[in-house]
Amino acid sequence: MRIAFGILALIGALALQTTISGLTLGGARSVNLVVVAVVYAALTFGPVAGLFLGTAGGLVQDALAGGIVGVGSLAKTLVGFLAGVLGAQFIVAQPFPRFVMFVGATALHEVCYEGLYALVEARPFRLHYQPLLIQAGVNGLVGLLAFFLVERMPGLLQRRRARRGRY
Amino acid sequence: MLDNLQRTGARPRTGLLFLAVIVGHVILISSQVQSGSGMPVLEAVTFGAFARLQGVTAGTVRGVRDSWSAYVDLRGVRAENEALRSQVDDLEIRLQEQRTLAQRTERLQALLDLKAFVNAPTLAAEIIAGYPKRGLLTVTIDKGSSDGVTENMAVIAPTGVVGRIIGPVASHAARVQLLIDTSAAAGAVTERTREGGMVVGQDGDPPLRMELVSNLADVQPGDLVVTSGAEGIYPRGFVIGSVESSERGTHLYRSITVRPSANFRGLEEVLVVLIPPRAATPENTSAAAGGGPR
Repeated sequence: MRIAFGILALIGALALQTTISGLTLGGARSVNLVVVAVVYAALTFGPVAGLFLGTAGGLVQDALAGGIVGVGSLAKTLVGFLAGVLGAQFIVAQPFPRFVMFVGATALHEVCYEGLYALVEARPFRLHYQPLLIQAGVNGLVGLLAFFLVERMPGLLQRRRARRGRY
Repeated sequence: MLDNLQRTGARPRTGLLFLAVIVGHVILISSQVQSGSGMPVLEAVTFGAFARLQGVTAGTVRGVRDSWSAYVDLRGVRAENEALRSQVDDLEIRLQEQRTLAQRTERLQALLDLKAFVNAPTLAAEIIAGYPKRGLLTVTIDKGSSDGVTENMAVIAPTGVVGRIIGPVASHAARVQLLIDTSAAAGAVTERTREGGMVVGQDGDPPLRMELVSNLADVQPGDLVVTSGAEGIYPRGFVIGSVESSERGTHLYRSITVRPSANFRGLEEVLVVLIPPRAATPENTSAAAGGGPR
């Protein structure tokens, strides 16, 4: 069930991300839903899940985006694995730690991504801090929203059904 | 699967998995990245690593091949060397044969010249055996009584007097007593001063001495000694040798040694003078008292 959920979340994130990319370039750059899905899976299921989902999501994203296949995948693998390890070491059940995890994971992903490209293309390492901060914040909020929906939605629906039944 | 991995996967196993995935990524990225030479990094790294292995393999193969080639070449060289040695041996034998033939031709030519020089009838003969026995130095020639050879006929060579025929004479062979035999003698005179005497064989070097030459005679080293014909065997005027030493003797006669001109060690062809021996001439008897066999 959890595996299916993780895969579905990843597929949904990929589909949504590509859709956003098709609609507006700025919107695509201000959020990375695949990173959100990977970090979510890592925090929920552990480092191995983060590892595999990061690899799979990154490979698909790289393949769809063009360029060097494996750079984004490697960055997401690292992020997923580290997020899973940290999630297992620390208590990240509250919104703020989760937000920090999403922000940190996004920053780490961007650093790894740019660093790897700088390495393989032999160009200087450059990081655009403003877009990065925006993307990290948006990713954090989206991540929190995802946790909220997954954790609270079943209870809300149950209460709503109970209220309807009473009337 | 993820659950299983999470449940059963110990931390070291997770670390290994992470490492494997990272390595896989590195390989994947390297396969797409171009190196400075335009070759993908993975290909370049693989090529570089494999090139070293290939270098080692090629070096080993080359070494083995070179060793084998050297071995095969060595075998070829050895066979060729043996063939060349055999060829050289054959050529040396042929050269020896040719040289012998040439020498024989020269000797025969000398014999022919001698035959033309000698007024008397002569017969060429080949020495087929020798008996270098002390006290009786003889050789055997391939001509005998059937060729007209009789006892006491003179035997000469282009270089000088050899000896005389001694009996018995076989039909196709005869024995020759060499002049250097201690029991042989020949009447002789010195060519320069015509001093007469008798040449006899002796044990020593030189193997001839001239006897019965007066102390007053003028005989000097280097004088040529020729046959006088006094003993009735050797024709007159044939070279015997040359005086090597001439000293005043204790009695009436000088002590004279003669170096024979004939090479007795290398005799192969000789001429037999086909003149039957005659009686010693009275006038020469005094000069060559011991002429002929003693």
